[in-house]
Amino acid sequence: MLDFLFRALIGGLGVAAVAGPLGAFVVWRRMAYFGDTLAHSALLGVALGFLFDINLNLAIIVLCVGLAAVLVVLQKKHIIATDTLLGILAHSALSLGLVAVSFLDNVRIDLMAYLFGDLLAISQTDVYWIYGGGLAVIALLVAFWKPLLAMTVNEELAKVEGYPVEAIRLLLMLLVALVIAVAMKIVGVLLITSLMIIPAATARKLSKTPVQMATMASFIGCLSVCGGLWASYRWDTPTGPSVVVCAALLFLIAYTLPMKRIKSSML
Amino acid sequence: MNKQLIAFKGIGIAFDERVLLNNIDMSVSEGEIVTLIGPNGSGKSTLIRTLLGLQTPTSGEMVRHKTLRIGYMPQKLHIDPTLPLTVKHFLALVRGVDKGQIAPTLEKLGIGYLLHSQVHVLSGGETQRVLLARALLNKPNLLVLDEPVQGVDVNGQVELYNLIEGIRDELGCGVLMVSHDLHLVMAKTDTVVCINQHVCCSGSPQHVTGHPAYQALFGVPGADESIAIYAHQHDHVHVESGDIQHSDKETHAHCNH
Repeated sequence: MLDFLFRALIGGLGVAAVAGPLGAFVVWRRMAYFGDTLAHSALLGVALGFLFDINLNLAIIVLCVGLAAVLVVLQKKHIIATDTLLGILAHSALSLGLVAVSFLDNVRIDLMAYLFGDLLAISQTDVYWIYGGGLAVIALLVAFWKPLLAMTVNEELAKVEGYPVEAIRLLLMLLVALVIAVAMKIVGVLLITSLMIIPAATARKLSKTPVQMATMASFIGCLSVCGGLWASYRWDTPTGPSVVVCAALLFLIAYTLPMKRIKSSML
Repeated sequence: MNKQLIAFKGIGIAFDERVLLNNIDMSVSEGEIVTLIGPNGSGKSTLIRTLLGLQTPTSGEMVRHKTLRIGYMPQKLHIDPTLPLTVKHFLALVRGVDKGQIAPTLEKLGIGYLLHSQVHVLSGGETQRVLLARALLNKPNLLVLDEPVQGVDVNGQVELYNLIEGIRDELGCGVLMVSHDLHLVMAKTDTVVCINQHVCCSGSPQHVTGHPAYQALFGVPGADESIAIYAHQHDHVHVESGDIQHSDKETHAHCNH
């Protein structure tokens, strides 16, 4: 009976663990709005996936990466301010996705599940996707940690020292797209960014080094998933939003409780 | 003759008919200290960015020696406050760094006590030394310093210049330095290059250390050995449109165009 709860917990923990470190990069590089844009466009990916009958996760990843590439090109042309550009892309992609979904007569899509997530409905295949994609993201993060961080700290210095900055930037976008694709099932397109940035922002208060902040963000994300699932089970609240509310509560606690940052002697 | 690390040959950069740099010739050799000066908007930063490979010249040729390895010290360092980072971790980001060298390098620059400090709480002078440490950890044979003494008082400038000279003597590297001050440059500078879109003049700084007014102004120990006044020898003026007007054709022969 509790099979679905267990699966939800395993899936949720997997997503939170991956979203944490990626979220740290999103916070450091001020990419929150960028993440939102990719997430919103994921719904279009779902619609296209149904339309062409391809794997939904794959469709989402391809669409997110494509959109990220378009963004980079448009940004370089300086047609319009970046935040405006992101706003235009985010909402047109979301609307386009909603319109496309309405054309799919033969498929019944639970729109709410895609917009806000349905953690309790994840299947065994979803869990495999989460752990497969998650492990790939973590492996890439570990392998390219130093160049990713060097680029985040100062792009010019990184470039002068010989890091392939352009390639690393693309890699980061790819990673964000991957995380969005696997996290969509859990919290939905509208809430994915929150699962990345809220635990990372909470972790900032408690860390002195980048690695600490990244791992702490994973841990806090996992706590939020546990809390959200428990609340959802206890009071029958929607799971995705419950997880986000839980993350927000942890953020509030971290920033309102008077506590010192961890002393370096404790590291 | 020391080997030439980098040479600009007629480098020019223009965007949409706006000329940023025009026909720049200059070079830096091993062991040589070159100071680049020029007014705001003269193209100093553009020239440095070109040298670093961050900007592509639209004309001319840049010859880099095959052993060229640049240590770059940017003007300032902005790190997002959401990124927790100690000086040690900041320096460990240098590509292929020997981590055992981090503490000794800081020690050498007199900031060994900063190893575990957060980069966000450093003072201006400390930040500059940390950036210099990062440049050194890249094991350069050419140090490129973008306004290393900006916002530092004369005593501090003397210290920094002594430090840079010591590094040059120890590593035998070339040094290219940008200075915002048109008249005060490091005395050990071999060549001063003054640019304003083009090379206006260049030469060695003149020593005027015996002058009483100079000593009154810089009455600090060692100052008379570290800072020199550079006397410009321009043969032209820049009119407001940006065009160049030669004031006297006869003196053109003295100018190193």
